[in-house]
Amino acid sequence: MGEAILRVRDIHKSFDGTGVLRGVSMEIREGEVVVIVGPSGCGKSTLLRCINGLETIDRGEIFLRGEKISGRRKDLHLVRQRIGMVFQSYDLFPHMKVMDNLLLGPTKALGRPRAEVEKEALEMLERVGLREKACALPRTLSGGQKQRVALVRAMLMRPEILLLDEITAALDPEMVSEVLNVVIDLARGGMTMAIVTHEMRFAEAVADRVLFLEEGVVLEEGTPEEFFHAPKTERARHFLQSFTYASKRDKVEIQPKNNAGD
Amino acid sequence: MQDLGIGILFKGVNFQRLLGGLWVTLRLALITIGLSCLFGLLFGMLMLSGKRIVKAFCRLWLEIVRFMPQLVLLYLVYFGFARLFGWDLDGETSAVIVFTFWGTAEMGDLIRGALTSIPRHQTESAAALGLNKARIYLHILIPQTLRRLLPQAINLSTRIIKTTALVKMINVTEVLKVGQQIIGQFYRQPDAAFWVYFVIFLLYFLVCWPFSLLARHLEKRWA
Repeated sequence: MGEAILRVRDIHKSFDGTGVLRGVSMEIREGEVVVIVGPSGCGKSTLLRCINGLETIDRGEIFLRGEKISGRRKDLHLVRQRIGMVFQSYDLFPHMKVMDNLLLGPTKALGRPRAEVEKEALEMLERVGLREKACALPRTLSGGQKQRVALVRAMLMRPEILLLDEITAALDPEMVSEVLNVVIDLARGGMTMAIVTHEMRFAEAVADRVLFLEEGVVLEEGTPEEFFHAPKTERARHFLQSFTYASKRDKVEIQPKNNAGD
Repeated sequence: MQDLGIGILFKGVNFQRLLGGLWVTLRLALITIGLSCLFGLLFGMLMLSGKRIVKAFCRLWLEIVRFMPQLVLLYLVYFGFARLFGWDLDGETSAVIVFTFWGTAEMGDLIRGALTSIPRHQTESAAALGLNKARIYLHILIPQTLRRLLPQAINLSTRIIKTTALVKMINVTEVLKVGQQIIGQFYRQPDAAFWVYFVIFLLYFLVCWPFSLLARHLEKRWA
């Protein structure tokens, strides 16, 4: 793994006096996939939104390849051209066909020739199994299909890093894997990514490193093996337990107990 | 045929006179629609502005326009302003003022609705693609606003065209007034009224129907 592409140093962000990020630092190296997990409201989406300037930060600094990108107001779009982002609510532009959704950024923001991007777009659609949808309108696609198009749209900008903000949270369960498989493909291709997700098995499969965020601070950081199989903190253990269910055949006595975790 | 009232429409220049009246109707409507779009855009943006007092003022304007019959407003401006302020407004000017007062509020409300109906995510997705502000407006926000707005704006326009018939009450010689003049000349022809009004009905229909078709077509295409 190469040099650090992204460096976040001690960032703070509050909304209406409530601290959402309270001193988060992290680093992502070239080709690395970092998965950020944590209970809802822990600030993980806000962290991604701060990185690409959709939220301003109150304190701290963010660097992209050594260049400070936080705190600037002018030419923010030039920074965003280098950072891809896909959101939870598959936001394709409803008035444009799939192909026009894909071409917009590369041709209008980067000024690349249309024919060249179109060829590349078709190849990428092919790879995600949606070549025949190039001329379809977004509303005719399923949620999973829309989200795959959104991934292609972000990738066509040839970003240096890709931010994925709970991209399967709004999908029906049976569509989750078709989207996540595309992400795993991208990871295999060496794409640098920061991924926020609630899909723990996917996180374990795709991550090089896991960050556990709670109440706006990084509580734990480690390899997926460490984090998922031997979490260091009680909070992380507690969090991971919320994804498993006790079998009804296990014998447990039901009785009031003291909250051991806290 | 000679005995039928419809024949009088083809006597002399009667039909041309009707068309002349229709032109007055259309001219009035087009000026009103044009001004309403222009001021409506301002009105819509004012309604979206942060200032509470400005919003309340717009709201009040809109309510007045919705509850007040257009005819009362026409009389108020045409007769009332003449007496009160000594303004000697001719009928057509009064009509443009009243209908624009109405159209601005209605169009502004439509524009406000269209602008607010576009989810914030659309702007964010476009921003995340590295488009600058101008391009976000040009490629994402304005096209989507227009798509939501156009069908409704066209419907409002046909309503404005129809409503201009009221201006005959303040001495503007538009198509309806011309029709009444023709009927008056041929008072001995008992079915003249039926045929003249029937033809006027057809003229209105022919003017408004294409608009309505267009609105329906756009609505379906952009749904």
